[in-house]
Amino acid sequence: MAGKEKRAYVSMKGTKEGLTLHLDDTCAYDELLKQVDELLMTTTRDEEGPLVAVHVHVGNRYLTREQEERLRDVIRMKKNLIVHSIVSNVMTKQEALEWKKKNEVVSVAKIIRSGQVLHVDGDLLLIGDVNPGGTVIATGNIFVLGALRGIAHAGYDGNRQAIIAASIMKPTQLRISDVMNRAPDYRTDEGNEMECAYIDEHDQIVVDRLQLLMHLRPNLTRLERSF
Amino acid sequence: MGEAIVITSGKGGVGKTTTTANLGTALALLGKRVCLVDTDIGLRNLDVIMGLENRIIYDLVDVIEGRCTVQKALVKDKRFEDRLYLLPAAQTSDKSAVTPEQMKQLIDDLRQDYDYILIDCPAGIEQGYKNAVAGADEAIVVTTPDISAVRDADRIIGLLEKEEHMRRPRLIINRIRSHMLKNHDMLDIDEIVMHLSIDLLGIIVDDEHVIKASNNGEPIVLDPNSKASLAYRNIARRLLGESVPLMSLDDEEQKGFFSKIKKLFSAR
Repeated sequence: MAGKEKRAYVSMKGTKEGLTLHLDDTCAYDELLKQVDELLMTTTRDEEGPLVAVHVHVGNRYLTREQEERLRDVIRMKKNLIVHSIVSNVMTKQEALEWKKKNEVVSVAKIIRSGQVLHVDGDLLLIGDVNPGGTVIATGNIFVLGALRGIAHAGYDGNRQAIIAASIMKPTQLRISDVMNRAPDYRTDEGNEMECAYIDEHDQIVVDRLQLLMHLRPNLTRLERSF
Repeated sequence: MGEAIVITSGKGGVGKTTTTANLGTALALLGKRVCLVDTDIGLRNLDVIMGLENRIIYDLVDVIEGRCTVQKALVKDKRFEDRLYLLPAAQTSDKSAVTPEQMKQLIDDLRQDYDYILIDCPAGIEQGYKNAVAGADEAIVVTTPDISAVRDADRIIGLLEKEEHMRRPRLIINRIRSHMLKNHDMLDIDEIVMHLSIDLLGIIVDDEHVIKASNNGEPIVLDPNSKASLAYRNIARRLLGESVPLMSLDDEEQKGFFSKIKKLFSAR
């Protein structure tokens, strides 16, 4: 392909979804970019044609923002090519920790009293009550083992699939993502035991029996964590 | 070394000052050396309820600012030889005249001489509350069976639980009207205790004699025939570590001849 004595660091495959580039992960990055450029130059035509999506696999190489941008630029310069994805096998420790945080169940044994706010990343498992005037917030789901009498906000950063479950469901307000619902103005003496709240197909928060969740949100079962 | 107990509630008007006066008096009746400290600077009235208003010469702010010694500012209650003293609050300054550190120092000084130091906390959660809590080992939260009082008690308990130098707060439910409880017009005692989930130290029935006694400057505890008096004495005994059962809330009128017989039978 390129120089005769040079090793090829880039291999290319055409698939139904478009073009797949496999990049070597041991060579110097500048060298790699040069080869990508040369390879694409020789294989793409300049005439007009349908757009081709490019999938890039960089193997065990970690790309910084800047490096990724440079790679995108090289591909974008060619006509008809758009970058669809850049996939790497590695992530930084920081990213990994954030990912772990988001997917973790954080358990807290506490009573959230009036005026207190508990904010966690990931799912919240509260072993205790939320009293009126208290607030619990989670980016994931909220499970309250005691009584929920205050405010609960699940899916805080936009997850509409999040749910709120409580042994005693008597909240003043429920919020999931950007949807809000409040308790009725009249007092009820109904059970309100073992219930859950979720966003239904009409974008409304509904409260129902806990047992329905296995049909509504099968993802809640996480016996084997999938990566 | 004495115990410092702060009596607080969040909401005003639930009976903090009355409770302080009566618990202090009850502890003195049980033979303990007690010092009452009024931290409601600017709105003092523990002295009025104790009937000691006319003996005040120096106050808490005078002590803090070094104008006199603690011993000089303390007002002795003559009814109890030298077992009951009051450190009155200042009426002319406001709550910012004292810092929590100064308060802690003052309470630690008092600890040397007294078995119990009861600190009467002002309403609210601002400076006055912080001052009152600073030197205390334990808190008693007073509430009434109203939703608003229970909410504020919940808030206060949340703040108290953050104070690492203090033991878990305990609860007194004040002004219970038994006939309203029976008709479910009032929050249930169990419901309140479950909601706040702290230990219940005692319950006090609503008793007109309390107001009358307070107006006369004689804590109700001194009247052995009132129900509220008994309730306060029971709480004082519980503070000393005795286990005293909660008072029954049955009204006097029910205790006619027939109900007595009925009880006799149902007891078997």
